[in-house]
Amino acid sequence: MREKNKNKNHDFIYFITEGISNMFTHGFMSFAAIGITVACLLIMGTFSLVAVNADATLSKLEDENQVLAFVEESLTTAQARALRDDILAVPNVAGVEFISRDQAWEDYIADFPEIGELAGDEMDSSTLRDRYAIYMDDLSQMADTAEAIRQIPGIARVNAYEELSDGFITLRNIATIISVTLIAILFLVSVFIIANTIKLTTFDRREEIAIMKMVGATNGFIRWPFVYEGLLMGLLSALIAFFLQWGLYHLVTSGISTNDLFSIIQIVPFSSLWGAVALVFAGAGIFIGVGGSLSAIRQFLKV
Amino acid sequence: MIRLTDVIKEYSNGTRALNGLDLEIKDGEFVFLVGPSGSGKSTIIKLLTGEVVPTEGRVMVNGFSLTNIAEWQIPYMRRTLGVIFQDFRLIENKTVYDNMLFAMRVVGATPKEIKKRIPYVLRLVGLETKQSRLPNELSGGEQQRVAIARALVNNPSTIIADEPTGNLDPARSLEIMTLLKRINELGTTVLVVTHERDLVNRFDERVVMLDRGRVISDAVGKYGVKANA
Repeated sequence: MREKNKNKNHDFIYFITEGISNMFTHGFMSFAAIGITVACLLIMGTFSLVAVNADATLSKLEDENQVLAFVEESLTTAQARALRDDILAVPNVAGVEFISRDQAWEDYIADFPEIGELAGDEMDSSTLRDRYAIYMDDLSQMADTAEAIRQIPGIARVNAYEELSDGFITLRNIATIISVTLIAILFLVSVFIIANTIKLTTFDRREEIAIMKMVGATNGFIRWPFVYEGLLMGLLSALIAFFLQWGLYHLVTSGISTNDLFSIIQIVPFSSLWGAVALVFAGAGIFIGVGGSLSAIRQFLKV
Repeated sequence: MIRLTDVIKEYSNGTRALNGLDLEIKDGEFVFLVGPSGSGKSTIIKLLTGEVVPTEGRVMVNGFSLTNIAEWQIPYMRRTLGVIFQDFRLIENKTVYDNMLFAMRVVGATPKEIKKRIPYVLRLVGLETKQSRLPNELSGGEQQRVAIARALVNNPSTIIADEPTGNLDPARSLEIMTLLKRINELGTTVLVVTHERDLVNRFDERVVMLDRGRVISDAVGKYGVKANA
């Protein structure tokens, strides 16, 4: 048993050594394959991170953004309070808060004390309406929800900032569509280039492979060094892409956080993303590398 | 043991290379397989090494039926064979020792086995002093001896030599054939495919002659003697 394990370790070292040696034999092609895979991972990562941040910003808006529904003036406060259940029954409504005209006036004066001073005794809470602050589960359905609330008898008007939420939803959707499309295309390109790099290696070593087959090497034994070559290229690409992504993210997010124009954007810190980024990059690198090498070696095993 | 029974091999282009061939080689035998070009010699080698399958008939090699062998079993069947080619097929950037090490490694030999077996085989073929040379630093005869050593290193029960002396001068050819005979005397079955009449006639061994995919002569003795065909 010990001898068998020792032998497996011996094989593993052999496969790794051969894999590394293969990679350096076609240095330029390996460099190109790694370069394109890094580009693929970086584009994939960048668009995914844009989508993640758009999502975080949307969540923030969902938490903070409220739709205001104004009650008709003819209703008494008691009648206005009675509308609460009707509003809660509307799909996508997560919560409601009744704000009486007196409370609304106090909040207004607190927010704009200079207007309170100007108004003096000539204006009071009667100039305002009773209202509901309404919170939603899904901001993407804001327009439909606002319309449903408008239809409730007793509701005079609904203020919903649909443009803002729609903008973020569009951004998230575009980022998702672009990243999915680019990922699919670049995945195929990367697999193709890695497959071609390994095909060169296998073509270079076709005599050796034929000899291996002739002395009784199994397909698995022949395949492993090439699989390791692809695996190493994929992992190396993932490692390079990870650090580039980190730097790029830091650069862009620090630019955004110091610019007031983008203050609405909720930036997710890289410290809470790096694990997922590393995992996805490593997984994608392994998939591209091993997939490429397996597709390249297949034809050379038919001896 | 090798046994071909009523074997027909027809390639996809319609060429019929073997036409109802019967041949049996017992364990420990030394056999010359001779015949003109196109007689089916190469096809027999390809059948025995599992590179092609027969169109009809049965092929048995050291306990494996190659007519319906599973793909995963082919490497294990090949480990019972040592194959030698006319063009040596050595790995040019590996030393003599590494060429043999490579052959042992691919079949999963342990370091202990490798350490013991390679020096023994190198002594057997007379190359113990040249183990760190590259193939292109050796003569043709020496390169063929390395190929023989590589074929022997995994201790196969059968050696198949395809025109092993085709690239050598007569003196080196005799030397290689004598070495193969010596290996046979140590218990390994040896099948030599050749067309060198003079060389065959220097050995008093079984000679199987082929023509148009059939055995036309099978006799101990001289190349060309028609016997129990």
